[in-house]
Amino acid sequence: MEKRATFSSTTIGLLFVLPMLVLMFVFFYWPSGQALYWAFTLEQPWGGGNTWVGLQNFRQLLADPYYWGAIGRSLVFGLGSTTIAMGLALVLALFTDRELRGHKAYRSVFIWPYAIAAPALGLAFRFILAPEAGFLSLINQVWPGLWNPALDGKDAMIAVIVAFSWKYIGYNFIFFLSALQSIPRSLTEAAAMDGSGPLRRMWDIQLPLLTPTLFFLLVINITESFQDSFGIIDIMTQGGPARATELMVYKIYFDGFKGLDYSGAAAQSIILMLLVILLTIVQFRFIERRVHYK
Amino acid sequence: MVERTPVFNAICQAILLIGLLIVLLPFVIVIVASTHDIRTVNTVPMPLTPGGDLFVNLHEAWVRADLGRKLFNSFLFAGTVAAGKVLLSSMAAFGIVYFRFPGRMLLFWLIFITLMLPLEVRIVPTYAVAANALAPFQAILDITGVTWLIQTLSGIRVSLEWGLLNSYTGLILPLVSTATGTFLYRQFYLTVPDELAEAAKMDGSGPVRFFVDVLLPLSKPNMIALFTIMFVWAWNQYLWPLLITTDPKFGIAATQLKTLIPSEFGLPDWNVAMAGTLLIMSPPLIVVILLQRWFVRGLISTEK
Repeated sequence: MEKRATFSSTTIGLLFVLPMLVLMFVFFYWPSGQALYWAFTLEQPWGGGNTWVGLQNFRQLLADPYYWGAIGRSLVFGLGSTTIAMGLALVLALFTDRELRGHKAYRSVFIWPYAIAAPALGLAFRFILAPEAGFLSLINQVWPGLWNPALDGKDAMIAVIVAFSWKYIGYNFIFFLSALQSIPRSLTEAAAMDGSGPLRRMWDIQLPLLTPTLFFLLVINITESFQDSFGIIDIMTQGGPARATELMVYKIYFDGFKGLDYSGAAAQSIILMLLVILLTIVQFRFIERRVHYK
Repeated sequence: MVERTPVFNAICQAILLIGLLIVLLPFVIVIVASTHDIRTVNTVPMPLTPGGDLFVNLHEAWVRADLGRKLFNSFLFAGTVAAGKVLLSSMAAFGIVYFRFPGRMLLFWLIFITLMLPLEVRIVPTYAVAANALAPFQAILDITGVTWLIQTLSGIRVSLEWGLLNSYTGLILPLVSTATGTFLYRQFYLTVPDELAEAAKMDGSGPVRFFVDVLLPLSKPNMIALFTIMFVWAWNQYLWPLLITTDPKFGIAATQLKTLIPSEFGLPDWNVAMAGTLLIMSPPLIVVILLQRWFVRGLISTEK
């Protein structure tokens, strides 16, 4: 889309864009370039600049079983939390959209989780899921030692997935409900006239029309599970026990800032960047094929 | 809808109630836990009726995590990030939509590509830039030979230095420099009728005048929507503030949560931890509850 009436002064136009561009140059383009540079070089131990090492950092990384472990765990975490958060949000949105009694309250409350900071809900869930106090400790009273996220890696992973999915129920709900509300009522009404019940209408009309939103949210949820998980992990498990919840971004943070291995961390960043870019491209392709309602 | 489906409606209501329970339970537990004393909070199961120690716990958390200073910093940080976003993105979008100059599309893409890579993904190099925000310009001067030129001409060695670690600027600027709001504003400007700009031009107003007197008042709903989501987003930032503020003077509330985790061998004072969580998570929650309409609108129109 283009504007018919525009102003012709190039200088003023550029001046309007300039502040944003300068910030982006300093805090986006330069660091991204820097990451590329570091990923292909290695810092001298006693200073004196970086030496070019080609793909060595990547080769080292890809030969590192811990790194593959982090990728695997990120996938488990991303897919697990995405499934739970999207599934629950979809059901809740479909039923809220039926506008039964109290739907205004539901519409409001289901959004709340998204307002909570990841570390704050991390701390809250650390208490709720704590093995000795909190609520899941009830399980341990019946079957001692069954649930302990501080020692058992699987339990820890479940705990962080639960915490993250809880937050993203709110996010997904917002998008599902708004997509449902933009489906013309006449469609569902016509189906109702033809004698289809509410479940049938959800399955045959609303769900197919939601597919673009589904794909959009799938990609967003997975990318968010890479970034927004950091606060939860750092507060709840710090990557432990025994690396069981060490996801990709946490490993970058740990290697880069605790291990001071800038080159390794930069190479990991590059791989993560590529992954995110790939997901974004996939998303754009689906958005191009967006369903039109009318 | 037209038909009567009492059984299905009852099932829906039941499932919605379960959903309500899932969503509300963590809030309830945090609130109730912060009203108990340390003994009650550790009983299994913890009683769900509130105790009487709320203010004692709030005070303890307030002192332990230095929340007076940290909450103030958080408000300052989130408010400035949100305001900066509104200002910069409204301006950038105006430049892109309302002007026609060579390279306009290039600028457009340069800005929107930044949406692809969030800060967490490129955290290490961004941190390095924050140590000296002028390093990029220094490097450009070095490479183009300007440094050498100035040094030979005047004998002064140019070294640009502007450390952003442990400063409000360092906390705020990198978070402002993403394209989220710009897209929202661009979409909005495209819906503004062309006649407005034509009329303004005919009346002899320049672009700045048109921007300030016509577009900004028109975009008030956008401003509120963008401000709310950016405020909540910035308040909830964690990794960047954690790295950039090692000096407690500039710390924000979200990173203080770490100091509230009961240590493994110390007292399990979860009541204080939950009181602190309550204080830290409330401001964005209140924003979302009160400004829900704007929040939802902002979220949907920035991400699509």
